[in-house]
Amino acid sequence: MKLRTLTLGLLSASALAFAAHAESITIATVNNGDMVRMQKLTDDFTKANPDIQLNWVTLEENVLRERVTTDIATKGGQYDVMTIGTYEVPIWAKQSWLLPLDKLGDDYDVKDIIPAIAGGLSVDGKLYAAPFYGESSFVMYRKDLMEKAGLKMPDAPTWDFIKQAADKMTDRANGVNGVCLRGKAGWGENMAFLTAMSNSFGARWFDENWKPQFDQPEWKKTLQFYVDLMKADGPEGASSNGFNENLALFQQGKCGMWIDATVAASFVSDPKASKVADKVGYALAPDNGLGKRGNWLWAWSLAIPAGTQKADAAEKFVSWATSKHYLELVASKEGWANVPPGTRSSLYANPEYQKAAPFAKMTLDSINAADPTHPTVKPVPYVGVQFVAIPEFQGLGTTVGQLFSAALAGQSSVDDALKQAQDAATAAMTEGGYIK
Amino acid sequence: MARAVTTQHKTIATAAAWVVALLIFFPILYTIITSFKSEQEAIQGFALIPSGTMESYAEVQAQSGYFKFFLNSVILSVGSTLLAILIAVPAAWSMAFSPTKRTKDVLMWMLSTKMMPAVAVLFPIYLIFRDTGLLDSRIGLTVMLMLINLPIVVWMLYTYFREIPGEILEAARMDGASLWNEIIYVLTPMAVPGIASTMLLNIILAWNEAFWTIRLTTTNAAPLTAFISSFSSPQGLFWAKLSAASTLAIAPILIMGWFSQKQLVRGLTFGAVK
Repeated sequence: MKLRTLTLGLLSASALAFAAHAESITIATVNNGDMVRMQKLTDDFTKANPDIQLNWVTLEENVLRERVTTDIATKGGQYDVMTIGTYEVPIWAKQSWLLPLDKLGDDYDVKDIIPAIAGGLSVDGKLYAAPFYGESSFVMYRKDLMEKAGLKMPDAPTWDFIKQAADKMTDRANGVNGVCLRGKAGWGENMAFLTAMSNSFGARWFDENWKPQFDQPEWKKTLQFYVDLMKADGPEGASSNGFNENLALFQQGKCGMWIDATVAASFVSDPKASKVADKVGYALAPDNGLGKRGNWLWAWSLAIPAGTQKADAAEKFVSWATSKHYLELVASKEGWANVPPGTRSSLYANPEYQKAAPFAKMTLDSINAADPTHPTVKPVPYVGVQFVAIPEFQGLGTTVGQLFSAALAGQSSVDDALKQAQDAATAAMTEGGYIK
Repeated sequence: MARAVTTQHKTIATAAAWVVALLIFFPILYTIITSFKSEQEAIQGFALIPSGTMESYAEVQAQSGYFKFFLNSVILSVGSTLLAILIAVPAAWSMAFSPTKRTKDVLMWMLSTKMMPAVAVLFPIYLIFRDTGLLDSRIGLTVMLMLINLPIVVWMLYTYFREIPGEILEAARMDGASLWNEIIYVLTPMAVPGIASTMLLNIILAWNEAFWTIRLTTTNAAPLTAFISSFSSPQGLFWAKLSAASTLAIAPILIMGWFSQKQLVRGLTFGAVK
């Protein structure tokens, strides 16, 4: 009896010791296919690291942004790993809110991360977040409609070609719109597209002295071109269309062309979801011959907040989730087409991946065509292709987005929208102390 | 003739009531219908007949365990309601049976706290929760939900208590009942319908609260509101999955409301006619 009690006691003590030793880390993330897949594959990580337990918090993108910002600004310490984008990383790293990732392991191969992406996630040469998947934007078009229009899409089209093709492809009687573009207001919605587009028209948000530039001819050309194009060839109610709405339109065969995130390629070419899966072609985002294309650069990345008590365990997890090994793991379980794209150069050199993802080369070319540190034709004081990496941009970008969305809906003129944007930007920059 | 008009009026009134009821219920009905569609069907446009697939439910269940969130919702809504009743009954008693010059002002002041947008106090509350270690804890959130709904609970109980003749309480006092005996054995049994409907309404309000329950929790205390929120996606189709998650989240409270509707309506109209 005594022996049994003693054994039981010892067993429970060791169980307790183990439980106390097991560290649990909390990971905040968004809900999308790649992230959900990662949650299913974590057995691979916990098997190799039995002393680390993973807790997931999945939230809608805007709620996630608000939650992690609140937490990191107050040093709440609720999360050990955060999913954040290329917009947050430079701002938060400068505030010392993030830990630099310098212990990712010997076999991690940091140099393999695509340079454009690594550049967007580094401050002063130090990597502050590891990319989980990266994307740019490009043109997705219907090969059959293009052929019917008697045109051939070049690999690197100009905006004039896009306009010409859209005019010819539009067939409203049969529900086909020549082009579908984002119109829904928001700094990450229509302004992501329009800011990237404006780069190819030679426009910029601010000059070297942070003076807003909406009163310059380049912005007028950008917005006028966009509004005219959408009025002539865009879908009805375009001012409320974001990524998901345009995806649905394209999948149902209602768009001749769609310029949006490269990650959409896997959705539009999926025969289970798309009626036009076998008819989609890809091309680089358009330009005007000024040296910059209208494509953006974004990477959902994993970062470690400075307030965490479990930095080592968190970094182990970040290293696992963004490693080459993880890409191979996904490929072995779900096929190469489902591997998170846009982070590692070696993936694009892999012949198996090239075979499984026909859009692979165009995705890589698009990512490489974006330069977050020199995003515009004229010099600018900020980092970011489709955003300006300053804390004020979320609010200001959305305000300007609402003005431009109203111009698209016909509620105001292009000139009025630009004037109001200039006023709003001047006020925000003055308040922020950028200009006096 | 007069009778015919009355019948006609009745028919019109009934039809109007049905139309209004359907209008109010339609968003919920359409959510339930959408939950039985595939993602492609869900986004294709308006259709009332779903294909009847259960794939969204299966995916929702596989992606995150429903039961844990459900349990938190039950604990938070019932816990905060009981706590609120415990505080509100004495408060409402004092205001109903021994009012002062300022009672109306106090009531109005309590209600005025509901007029401020919640986000205005997000940071102070977040900091208090952080410093007291209450972030992501059921206790913290129960107290928070109780505080949010307390003004409404006090107001409702106050109106019910006012309907109870003060003489009965006086008689109890004459018989030697102490203050607590008076509240527990005389007042409460007489106000049962009122207290019950207040509790029901408060449970519904706490169940549906989606600002604080999402912002003050991560994993341990997250209720069904956080469960729904996790199915909204920045990229890709999610309407059917979101609808399935919403249906699962509202089902318990909908069923509870259905069974207790008589009680709820009686309580809500209690004291409406003098």
